[in-house]
Amino acid sequence: MFTIAEHRDETPTTRTIIFKEKLAAVPGQFVMVWVPGVDEFPMSASYTSKDFGITYQVIGDGTKALAAKDVGERIGIRGPYGKGFAIHGKRLLMVAGGAGMAPLAPFIEESVDHKVIVDLVLGAKTKDELLFEGRAERAGAKVHVSTDDGSKGLKGLATESVASVLRNEKFDCIYACGPEKMIVGLLEIAEKHGTPMQASLERIMKCGIGICDSCALDGRHVCRDGPVFSELELRSFEELGRTKLDTSGRKVRI
Amino acid sequence: MTHLAVDICGLRLKNPTILASGVLDETGKSMLAVAKAGAGAMVTKSVGKEPRAGHQNPSIVELQHGLLNAMGLPNPGIDAYAAEIKEAKKSGVPIIGSVFGGSEDEISELAGLIEKAGADAVELNLSCPHAKGYGSELGSTPELVELICRNAKRRIKVPLFAKLTPNTSSISSLAAAAEKGGADAVVAINTLKGMVISPDARMPILANRFGGLSGQAIRPVGVRCVYEIHEAVRIPIVGVGGIGNGRDALEYIMAGASAVQIGTAVWTEGVGVFNKVCSELLEFMEHNGYESVKDMVGVAHSGRR
Ligand SMILES: Cc1cc2nc3c(=O)[nH]c(=O)nc-3n(C[C@H](O)[C@H](O)[C@H](O)COP(=O)(O)OP(=O)(O)OC[C@H]3O[C@@H](n4cnc5c(N)ncnc54)[C@H](O)[C@@H]3O)c2cc1C
Ligand SMILES: Cc1cc2nc3c(=O)[nH]c(=O)nc-3n(C[C@H](O)[C@H](O)[C@H](O)COP(=O)(O)O)c2cc1C
Ligand code: FES
Repeated sequence: MFTIAEHRDETPTTRTIIFKEKLAAVPGQFVMVWVPGVDEFPMSASYTSKDFGITYQVIGDGTKALAAKDVGERIGIRGPYGKGFAIHGKRLLMVAGGAGMAPLAPFIEESVDHKVIVDLVLGAKTKDELLFEGRAERAGAKVHVSTDDGSKGLKGLATESVASVLRNEKFDCIYACGPEKMIVGLLEIAEKHGTPMQASLERIMKCGIGICDSCALDGRHVCRDGPVFSELELRSFEELGRTKLDTSGRKVRI
Repeated sequence: MTHLAVDICGLRLKNPTILASGVLDETGKSMLAVAKAGAGAMVTKSVGKEPRAGHQNPSIVELQHGLLNAMGLPNPGIDAYAAEIKEAKKSGVPIIGSVFGGSEDEISELAGLIEKAGADAVELNLSCPHAKGYGSELGSTPELVELICRNAKRRIKVPLFAKLTPNTSSISSLAAAAEKGGADAVVAINTLKGMVISPDARMPILANRFGGLSGQAIRPVGVRCVYEIHEAVRIPIVGVGGIGNGRDALEYIMAGASAVQIGTAVWTEGVGVFNKVCSELLEFMEHNGYESVKDMVGVAHSGRR
């Protein structure tokens, strides 16, 4: 089990845990987090270089119980699992919606370390919910903010902000994490501009290791083949943005 | 000519490797991918009447030589699952429909329904060690195994496989009971009941506390079970438990299995495991003068003093 070294608020609904233990994870990879007696669920690594940490949105029973853990307490971590982001080119555009910023933040830092120029389109419902805006700026990314309510930056969806950024500049690759509708929208925009793209997807995860089929997406497995998929793979998914499996394995509309 | 094709109760398999129930088979498209990777047949996820979410996470523990799982039989229910079978059938590979239920009536009804959905054979899961009231408890006495098989057999025309639990003092009497009840083949083994405790958390890791052990760790138990069953029944045996390479499969075949199922090795080897087992089997056969898998079935029983 891993020991909580630091536990802090990032926004009114998201918190970060930095662990005492190290874990060699690549940005985009995830771990299965076990809160003993409550639940186990997937979380992306949000700190991957010096420290290992996760950043989570407090939603239901599992993440509420996690939020109640104090520094010094221990929780179960297995992983890292899956495929992370890979740097393609010298000028990259990252697009994060809400807690989707968690895996992109360490990728921005890694990219800048590799002398890559990064633009970030950061979207959230409201200005208080913008995650890691300062962290991205400190890393050296040019940040384009958009909020649904217009409380900061462009009023509207992250996809609209991306369209305006792309009108003025050209990028070697687009990286996205956030709501699936946003990813579907970005795929269209990326195709129009002829820019390749990678995106991190979410599905219900039980095993995390590619055997239970609960995270199946068109015969591929988000836990093992993803969670980061290439543009080619993303385009091949008929289920993307349309259906997902519930915990019983039933197909439900997104 | 050396070849890998086998015939089990009239089912023609291009090779003796079968996807085990519960692994990458909740969706038809995943099964298509497994078929493309070379499996000779595929068993579906065990399906019940109603949608079932399964147990709370953690539902799996990774161990050095295997896995402990308590998925808790999650499945979308037979009505919704019919579409997945239809999809999986596009592979052209035989689909064995696995069902579980809380009573012999429910099981036989499901056997009929999954045949109707297109299954080329029906496998009764009489052996899940971690879902209360399902599987293992129903499948742990010879009397019930015989009764369940007899009822299910009446409802279907396709071959009936009975999958047995190793969590018993005598798996060969369960196999004999299945044969008496009219099963066309027996499948052995399902997972061994187990538990893993986290000393740090001072509690079992699985939310269900108990789970089923699979993978390499259980192979000697599975091979022993198949060996015992071979001496107790005349119907074909399908061996399963910890198979990850050609020699593992050979152990089961020589103990008496006509075909093998592979589950946990998909975790360690990926779906490439089916092709790997097949090519290693073929190589052994060519080296040792065996023309077909059938010629090796049960050979470990002869030559004893
Ligand atoms: C690869 C991956 C990486 C993720 N990374 C992050 C991250 O960095 N930060 C973050 O805030 N969230 C992340 N999530 C989402 C996170 O797993 C869920 O928000 C969390 O499980 C909610 O748990 P809960 O018990 O609080 O809520 P619940 O009330 O149990 O569930 C709320 C919703 O969360 C989702 N969820 C619940 N359990 C699971 C599960 N086992 N697998 C997948 N989704 C589930 C479902 O959509 C569900 O409707 C990630 C998901 C995946 C698949
Ligand atoms: C994650 C997982 C889920 C399983 N689900 C089922 C199931 O639904 N029905 C069933 O009959 N067996 C189930 N099993 C048991 C396997 O089919 C198989 O009998 C057992 O795991 C031993 O084989 P292996 O070592 O190759 O995995 C499951 C096994 C695992 C690991
Ligand atoms: S979570 Fe089990 S296969 Fe992906």
